[in-house]
Amino acid sequence: MSGDNEDTQTADETTLDEKAPVQDKVISPEKAEEAKLKARYPNLGNKPGGSDLLRKRLQKGQKYFDSGDYNMAKAKIKNKQLPTAAPEKTEITGDHIPTPQDLPQRKPSLVASKLAG
Amino acid sequence: INGPGGDMQWCFSQVKGAIDDDVAEADIISTVEFNHTGELLATGDKGGRVVIFQQEIENKSQPQFRSEYNVYSTFQSHEPEFDYLKSLEIEEKINKIRWLPQKNAAQFLLSTNDKTIKLWKISERDKRPEGYNLKEEDGRYKDPNTITSLRVPVLIPMDLMVEASPRRVFANAHTYHINSISVNSDNETYLSADDLRINLWHLEITDRSFNIVDIKPANMEELTEVITAAEFHPHQCNTFVYSSSKGTIRLCDMRASALCDKHSKLFEEPEDPSNRSFFSEIISSISDVKFSHNGRYMMTRDYLSVKIWDLNMENRPVETYQVHEYLRSKLCSLYENDCIFDKFECCWNGNDSVVMTGSYNNFFRMFDRGHRRDVTLEASRENSKPMQVLKPRKVCAGGKRKKDEISVDSLDFNKKILHTAWHPQDNIIAVATTNNLYIFQDKVN
Repeated sequence: MSGDNEDTQTADETTLDEKAPVQDKVISPEKAEEAKLKARYPNLGNKPGGSDLLRKRLQKGQKYFDSGDYNMAKAKIKNKQLPTAAPEKTEITGDHIPTPQDLPQRKPSLVASKLAG
Repeated sequence: INGPGGDMQWCFSQVKGAIDDDVAEADIISTVEFNHTGELLATGDKGGRVVIFQQEIENKSQPQFRSEYNVYSTFQSHEPEFDYLKSLEIEEKINKIRWLPQKNAAQFLLSTNDKTIKLWKISERDKRPEGYNLKEEDGRYKDPNTITSLRVPVLIPMDLMVEASPRRVFANAHTYHINSISVNSDNETYLSADDLRINLWHLEITDRSFNIVDIKPANMEELTEVITAAEFHPHQCNTFVYSSSKGTIRLCDMRASALCDKHSKLFEEPEDPSNRSFFSEIISSISDVKFSHNGRYMMTRDYLSVKIWDLNMENRPVETYQVHEYLRSKLCSLYENDCIFDKFECCWNGNDSVVMTGSYNNFFRMFDRGHRRDVTLEASRENSKPMQVLKPRKVCAGGKRKKDEISVDSLDFNKKILHTAWHPQDNIIAVATTNNLYIFQDKVN
């Protein structure tokens, strides 16, 4: 099945999205979805594929912003009383930034894969 | 493909994995790959484990029993790590497995997680030595004074043991997350690609690698696209392609220069600017690129479609197949639940006449290029009686739903088929749901 479906539009599809503005001319389903998204998140930037989205992707797995961030957190802790262990070890905001000692030591699965079972 | 006069009828053959609905994260299958003969089928999972299945030799006296795939070897390929210097958690998830063509009795494969590639040797041991001169059978050393004669130890058969051992570890060459590995047709080198760079390795050398593509801008604020997949040409050892998050594919020739930042060909389909929306770039991002076996075409997968490109024509694909066009009017919710970022793979059949890719609700799609037919099939436990023929599925986009059709709103977006593989010669396919591996075969084999 070849062909470009950008302009596919049926009466049924417009009735599915209740939030799309009523317009005189026919709009593509993609543009209708865009309008829906912008209605829900008015602060959404105009360039989704740009820097922010990509940098979020590149930073996957990062626990600290950088070593400066980590050292600042360590310094803060020194000045105050040592805080009790953060209730949630996964929370990485403000004073709850974990130190390497707090980070859970992830071990590999000791269980064999169920595909081999 | 199923249908009137269709010549392919797909039947259930086997399913691997646990039945329970409570899926442990480690059991999520992350890659599936047949070896070059199709005798071996490897899977990788989020827990860093590799399971290899081997096809049993067909029982010629009972042809109705089709050859089955059984567990051959399983091992822990990668382990979770924490990079303290960069404060990065490194997942053990196996992103890709690629087999090396067989050169001797052993089998070799490359497996990679986000940061490290490993070369694994899988070898069989079916004999053991017996009759040592200096040792007893249990390993204890004999008193040398009791040895009065010399004999030659003999090799006696033993139960088959399959051993996997890491032969090379290719580490520390990627700042960003590895998305692809590809073995070169020269059988000596391979490439690994991350979001911004592609490196060339020699299979024997682990302490250095050549950077052949670098798209990192001097100022990261100027970053506009990332590398999403890369592959070597199946025959031309100097040629490789890489795809981007902006829907372009670049073909590079390593003879042109040491650093292939300048492409030899740029494949891009022109877009109608009036149709552009917030989602356009995201859904145009290419999640997989695969050369055809004959090396004349390549296939790309973006969020909604599969495109076939003739390597001699850069300005548009020669074929476009809609995988699940009905999702175009659901993009808002798919963006909110992150499904719009799902990375589907695609594959060719042995003679490049049919292509296959996955979708949601455990559906997968096949497109017969020659006969211009397509079919939607489902991998589910309900259709898993031995040799049960798979019934084609139909999704109803809107309006009146016919019997046996499923409406778009009833689709389960948590049941995604991202990884599929086709046997290099026969009509045998491996389809991975979240934590199960289905094997289907063509009825008329």
